[in-house]
Amino acid sequence: MRTILIRYGLYVRLSELAQGVAAVVHEVVDVVANDPIARRLRDFGFVRGESVRIVASGPIGGDPLLVQVGFTRFALRRAEAARIQVMVPATA
Amino acid sequence: MQLALVGSPNCGKTALFNQLTGGRQKVANYAGVTIERKEGHFSGPSGRSFRLLDLPGAYSLEAASPDEAITRDVCYGRFPGEGTPDLLVCVADATNLRLHLRFVLELRRLGRPMVLALNMMDAARRRGIRIDTEKLARAIGIPVVETVAVQRGGAKALIEHLDSTMLTASAPVAEGQTAASVAAIQTDAVDLHAQVRTILADAVSMPRKTAAIDDAIDRWVLHRVWGLVILAAVMFLIFQAVFAWAQPFMTGITAGVDAVAGWVGGALTSMPLLRSLIVDGVFAGVGGVLVFLPQILILFLFILTLEESGYLPRAAFLLDRMMLSAGLTGRSFIPLLSSFACAIPGIMATRSIQDPRDRLTTIMIAPLMTCSARLPVYALLIAAFIPQRSIAGIFNLQGLVLFVLYVAGIVSALAVAWFIKRMRSDKSEHALLMELPSYRIPHPRDIAIGLWERGRIFMRRVGGIILSLTIILWFLSTFPGAPPGATDPAIDYSLAGILGHWLHHIFAPIGFNWQICIALVPGLAAREVAVSSLATVYAMSGNESALQSVVASQWSLATALSLLAWYVFAPQCISTLAVIKRETNSWRNVWIAVGYLFGLAYLASLITYQLASALA
Repeated sequence: MRTILIRYGLYVRLSELAQGVAAVVHEVVDVVANDPIARRLRDFGFVRGESVRIVASGPIGGDPLLVQVGFTRFALRRAEAARIQVMVPATA
Repeated sequence: MQLALVGSPNCGKTALFNQLTGGRQKVANYAGVTIERKEGHFSGPSGRSFRLLDLPGAYSLEAASPDEAITRDVCYGRFPGEGTPDLLVCVADATNLRLHLRFVLELRRLGRPMVLALNMMDAARRRGIRIDTEKLARAIGIPVVETVAVQRGGAKALIEHLDSTMLTASAPVAEGQTAASVAAIQTDAVDLHAQVRTILADAVSMPRKTAAIDDAIDRWVLHRVWGLVILAAVMFLIFQAVFAWAQPFMTGITAGVDAVAGWVGGALTSMPLLRSLIVDGVFAGVGGVLVFLPQILILFLFILTLEESGYLPRAAFLLDRMMLSAGLTGRSFIPLLSSFACAIPGIMATRSIQDPRDRLTTIMIAPLMTCSARLPVYALLIAAFIPQRSIAGIFNLQGLVLFVLYVAGIVSALAVAWFIKRMRSDKSEHALLMELPSYRIPHPRDIAIGLWERGRIFMRRVGGIILSLTIILWFLSTFPGAPPGATDPAIDYSLAGILGHWLHHIFAPIGFNWQICIALVPGLAAREVAVSSLATVYAMSGNESALQSVVASQWSLATALSLLAWYVFAPQCISTLAVIKRETNSWRNVWIAVGYLFGLAYLASLITYQLASALA
């Protein structure tokens, strides 16, 4: 499983990123073969080098997350956000 | 020349379509308003004529939902009965270029003649976004024009461009991407985004990524506690307003209908049968429904304002977790909210739901949302049985009861969805993936058009199905006439009376009298017809006073509550069943819906009636 990469150094899953902390997308991981959710996330602009930030989270269980990428905000469930590996810059 | 409007969701394609063709298609501020292709025509200053297609918004040609599939098929020239467009008019929101340009670049690969309309340029300027359109046009290799779709003349540059365009014949393009490997698609996605970034860095300057006002509003509206409080307050205000604001208009309509009926009745005294048809049939029946027009318009005023403001996707965000545990998705929120107006557009709006399971569940529970056709029935019974007084000084008790009825519909819908989820064997992941648009101040003109359209639809129903069923019912309750020497009212001997007394055996356990039983039969076609039918039946039985006072004096509270419970569930709307058949392409789903809704209706009424009778 490629998801073992989580919490490796400064790389975390987007679902684990604290609210308001700026990070940069590393990659979107397919959970199943040819994952349609992962593909849609890439269409939305979750691609390497793009900066992301969690703006808000839902009232129950902190789910879903409101994520800013590019000029747009998307509501992602935690399971969806977990597909996105992000890097938190060391200066933070 | 054949044109098609293509672009990402919520970039203003339909507003541009309306601007170009003078059309009145529905516009709102969320992704997925347009779910079908729509056709319109216009001509340029030189007299050149254009046929324009408005297409559902799509994030990518790799369609993820039924509405995106329409756009993909039209772009590839594969849509049945639709030729390949000669020119694609790509539309992009100038304030959301990072996302929208990617799709434009994907479309460019089709190799078709294209033009890019940079829409919402007014909003972009307000936010201090500067776009060098010439640089942009050079970088993406297609002409670029600026538009403001919501402003008169805001599409002038686009029309002039289209008018002077020379077309080279477009060749069909094979679909290469689907065959490509996953790795290739991934690199490809990164590739297009990299191009977008380079282009934006070169041609666009943007002071900040989002509008400052959006951030400020969202801090409150999406707050964990305040967000929910605001949502509840907004919903509650709507139901209060429906009762409190509509009252004077309703009184006016009733007085008007009574005056005309009295005048016509007076002129027809020499022809008692015709007088009965006009006064007891047409005026009592149609007038009984017409009086609810103000309440329906007030409900729509709120729904349309919310749709235009961009608040609805926020509400979906707040409720997603709750809906997920019931087996739905936050995406179901907008179709379900539309179902408060009418289940038909609500069920059609489910086309923007990607997951087929979520979509089917949403379709099956949409009829449980309290549609505006139920409002006449609720309003009649509430006005007759619930005293007009205020609770704690601010709440109108009648509005409160109405609110409870709406909540009953919602709670049962969630319970049914939860049951469907439990029954389903496929438990794989469902997706949310929803864009939250920028807030917009609702456009009074759009709202006025929306209200006009809704008012027209209601009036067409009144003049069409409601009027005709009322007349048919009048005949059924008039013939055969009473035998000589009869002591009971004549209607007891008529076909409708016989049928009503017979049906009464089935409905007696839930407290319905035979008049209600008669009204339920034509009421199968459309819910409001039950009100017009009751009005006709009681008028035929010799009750000259208004339906509301007749009901208040002749029904027990238990019967009234039982009928309210019945209306929360009963699927008495042929058009809804037809649209379920069309959207799911399955009669089985229709029969399941009919069966479970009638079952729940009878059960709920039985419990309500027996409890209320025991307590009384």
